[in-house]
This record gives sequence, structure tokens and C-alpha cells, in this order.
Amino acid sequence: MQWNSATEFFAMGGYALYVWGGFGACALLMAVEPWLVKRRMREAILNLQRLGRAENLDNKNR
Amino acid sequence: MPTATALLITAQRDLLLAMRRKSDVLVSLFFFVIVVSLFPLGIGPEPLLLKKIAPGVLMVAALLSTLLGLPRMFAADYADGTLEQLALSPLPFGLLVSGKILAHWLVCGLPLVLLAPVLGLQFGLDGESLPMLMLALLIATPLLSLIGSIGAALTLGVRGGGALLALLILPLYVPTLIFASGAVEAQMVGMSTSGYLSLLAAMLALAVFFAPWATSAALKIALE
Amino acid sequence: MNLLTEKPAKGFYRFSSPQTFYPLAEKMLPWFWVAAALFGIAGLWISFFVAPTDATQGEAYRLIFVHVPASWMSMFIYLVMAAWAGIGLALGTRLSGMMAQALAPTGALMAALSLATGSLWGRPMWGTWWIWDARLTSELILFFLYIGFIALQAAIDDPRRADKAGAVLALVGVVNVPIIYFSVIWWNSLHQGSSVSLTKSPSMAQTMFAGMILMALCFWMYSIAVALMRVRAIIIERERNAEWVRTEISMEKTNAVE
Repeated sequence: MQWNSATEFFAMGGYALYVWGGFGACALLMAVEPWLVKRRMREAILNLQRLGRAENLDNKNR
Repeated sequence: MPTATALLITAQRDLLLAMRRKSDVLVSLFFFVIVVSLFPLGIGPEPLLLKKIAPGVLMVAALLSTLLGLPRMFAADYADGTLEQLALSPLPFGLLVSGKILAHWLVCGLPLVLLAPVLGLQFGLDGESLPMLMLALLIATPLLSLIGSIGAALTLGVRGGGALLALLILPLYVPTLIFASGAVEAQMVGMSTSGYLSLLAAMLALAVFFAPWATSAALKIALE
Repeated sequence: MNLLTEKPAKGFYRFSSPQTFYPLAEKMLPWFWVAAALFGIAGLWISFFVAPTDATQGEAYRLIFVHVPASWMSMFIYLVMAAWAGIGLALGTRLSGMMAQALAPTGALMAALSLATGSLWGRPMWGTWWIWDARLTSELILFFLYIGFIALQAAIDDPRRADKAGAVLALVGVVNVPIIYFSVIWWNSLHQGSSVSLTKSPSMAQTMFAGMILMALCFWMYSIAVALMRVRAIIIERERNAEWVRTEISMEKTNAVE
């Protein structure tokens, strides 16, 4: 292993901003995308459930 | 040859319609002139710099100007039902589409080729580069019409058609832009231009076969 | 709704029906997430602790471990997307169009990541955030192609037409991608752009290569997982009138709290 200390590891030989920026951008976007998809899924399901309840209510009132 | 006649008749009809609305044609032509003239104003009148950027500027302006005419390629025929009739006719649809593309080129592309040398003079292009500019545009503009027809068909009757069309088509114009302005640049520095021109011609040959086919597929989807 | 009387398809085609694919995708999802995590952990371990410091680029070269996988995936996803689109156009299977639609945003994300990491890498190496290098330029155009595909699908309301129009665009794009790539390389060599290549290290150590492959596998598994998640959402949105969706939804009530 080439790192002598944690500080040296995080400094990345002076390229910390670039290396951590690049890996960070990937990690961030690859966390945000599934979250957005999950939200889209939940939204779709909630919409359908609301629609279903509205239809049930309609049928009862009739 | 009834099939070739069908192509020509479609082109002739579109030309006739275009002649009835000359303003449309002139607008895209003046657009070309104005865009090209804006560059010296934005960059400064330094002759050497202007000469260097001339091929690129002229090609980009030609590209945008062709784009301006694209939505009109099928829109009117789509709106009044003519396109549906054409699609149902026993003649090959791709051929009729080719006729319309040919008409678009004659109206939107060919005038640019003829006008380009005048604009080239404004940028200080020399006597050898001007014919090369015309030749490059002569191969490039039909290519632009052919590739553009696919986008025009895809965005037919779609929300935000014009801007969407630009978004779809401009990335596909990149090779044409590179090789056409490259040919003129090569001529300016005294290098061989045959590589660029043959690549452009090869792309044109490919597009002549495949673009009308893709366009008619896209039109049939729009007509469903 | 005639969707209610859909005939169950037989054999392999069975999986081309959204109804059978929806639960199948749910079953497959955890596996791909686990695979992505495992490859990711292994890949990160190699890229930070096993791969040695590069002699010329120092530690900055470690961006290779995300930049190259993102670029590979952005190109690969476009191919897969076009393949699904082509299948959908040829066979008329509904699921294919949905798959193509589900893949596009992930592909665009990969192209964006490739651009971002490329620029972060270029800054210390070349001294500028952006350079008109052949690789970065064609990646940018690929990103535009993705955006065009997504915008076209978003602009068309009828999902069947959106699928077909998107398919034609994706196929036209896939024919053009090699031409664009070739033209950009030609253009770049003519204008004597960057002579420094980011990814061509003179001696690519085997550990570096292993790290790159592992990270690429991680990105691949991630892309499949996200695309499967998205295709499930698309199925629910599009088939909302089908009976099976209604029953499926009523069962999911426990998960979705309102």
C-alpha cells in the first residue's frame, strides 16, 4: 500500500480536488438517479391508488 | 420510366408551391447572409482572422439556414392530408419523399451555393478557395437536406417542433460540417482536398439511399 | 379497455409482455444492485489502494477508474438502446420501446459523467477544463444525441408513436455515431489538438487494467439496475388501465404510505 497516512490519502498527491471531485460527482449522480426513479415509481403508484379510490367512491355513490 | 417521373413530379409540385410563397425562400436566404455578416461585427474586422474562420462560419450559417426551411418540408402536406394520399399511392413512398427532399434542396440549398462566393469575398477568400467553397457546399447542402428530412418527419406535428428539430438534427450534421469546411481550409493552405471531397461524396451516396427510406418510415409513424 | 383481454404469449415472447416482465424485473433488481456494489467495492479498493501511483500523472490518473467506465457505458448503452428500439420497430413488442426509453437517461448520465470526469482530469494535466480533444468532443456529441432522443420522446404524447419515432432516431443515430467519431478524429488530427492522450499511459499496469474492468462492471450492473427500476415505473405509467396493474397496485399498498 502506498499511503502512509490518512491525510496523504485524502490529499491525493495534491490532486485532491480533481480526484475526489470526479469520484464524488459519480457517487452523487449515481445516488440521485435511483432516488429520482424511485420517486417516479412511488408517484405513479400513488396516482393509480388515488384513481382507484375515486372510482370506488363513484361506484358506492351510484 | 414512371418511377423517376413520380420523383420529378413531386419535386415540381413542391417547387411550384414554393414559388407561390417566395418570401419563405427569401427569408432563409437572408438569414444565411445576416448570420454570416454578424461574425465580423462580433469578432472584429481583422482580415487574417476573418479569412481563417470563413469556411467554418459559412458552413455553420448554411447549416442553420437549411434547418430553418426544414419544418416546411412536410408540414403543409401533413396538415391538408396530401401526405396521407401520397403514402397511400401505389408509387413507392420513398421516391415521392425523395422528390420533396430534392425540392427542398433546390429551394433552400442551391441558393446558398450560388450566394456563398459573394460572402466568401467579404471574408477575403482568394480566387482558388471560392470555387472550392462552392464545390464543398454543392455536395454538403443536399446532404443537409437529406439528413434534415429525417428530423423534419420525426417532429411532424409534435410540440415545440422547430427547436426540437434543431436538437435532433444538429449533432448529426457534425461530420458534414467538419468535412465541408475542412475541404475549404485545406484548399486555403494548399493541401490536397480530394480526401474531404470523396468522404463528403461517400456520405452523400449513403444518405441518398438511406435517408429517404428512414424519412418515409418516420412519416408513416406520424401518419398512423 | 381491450387491454383486459390480452392473450398470454408463449415461450420466449412471454417476457416481451410488460405483465410478465414487471415481476421478473423486480426479482432481478436486488441481484444487480448486489453485483454493482460488490464490483464497486472491489474496483474502488484496487483503484485507491492497489494500483500504484502513475510516474507521469501522479495521483490524478486515478480518475481513469471512473472516466473510462463512464465513457464505455455511455457508448454501450446507446448501442443497447438502439438495439431495443430496432427490435421494437421490427417486431412491434411494446416492452422494447419501454426498455429503450428507460435506458436513455442512464446513458445520458454516463455521457455527462464521462465529460465531467474528463474535464476534471484535463484541468491538472492540460491546464484547461475543456480541450477539443477527439474523445471529449465525440462524447459531447453523443450526449447531445441522448438529449435529442429524450426530448423527442418527451414531446410526443402518444407512447406508441413516441416509441417508434424514438426508434427511428436511435437507429439513425447509431449509423451516424461511427461516422461522427471518425470525422471528429480526422478533424482533431488536422488541427493538431492534444498530443497528450489521457487514457494511453505508456505502461498500463495490469492492476490498473483490472481496476478499470471492475469499475466498468460496477457501472454496467448499476445501469442495468437503474434501467430495470425505470422500466417498471414506465410500465406502471403506461399500462395503468390494465387489470393486472390495478391488482398489482392494490398489493403494493403497504409499501406506499400516503
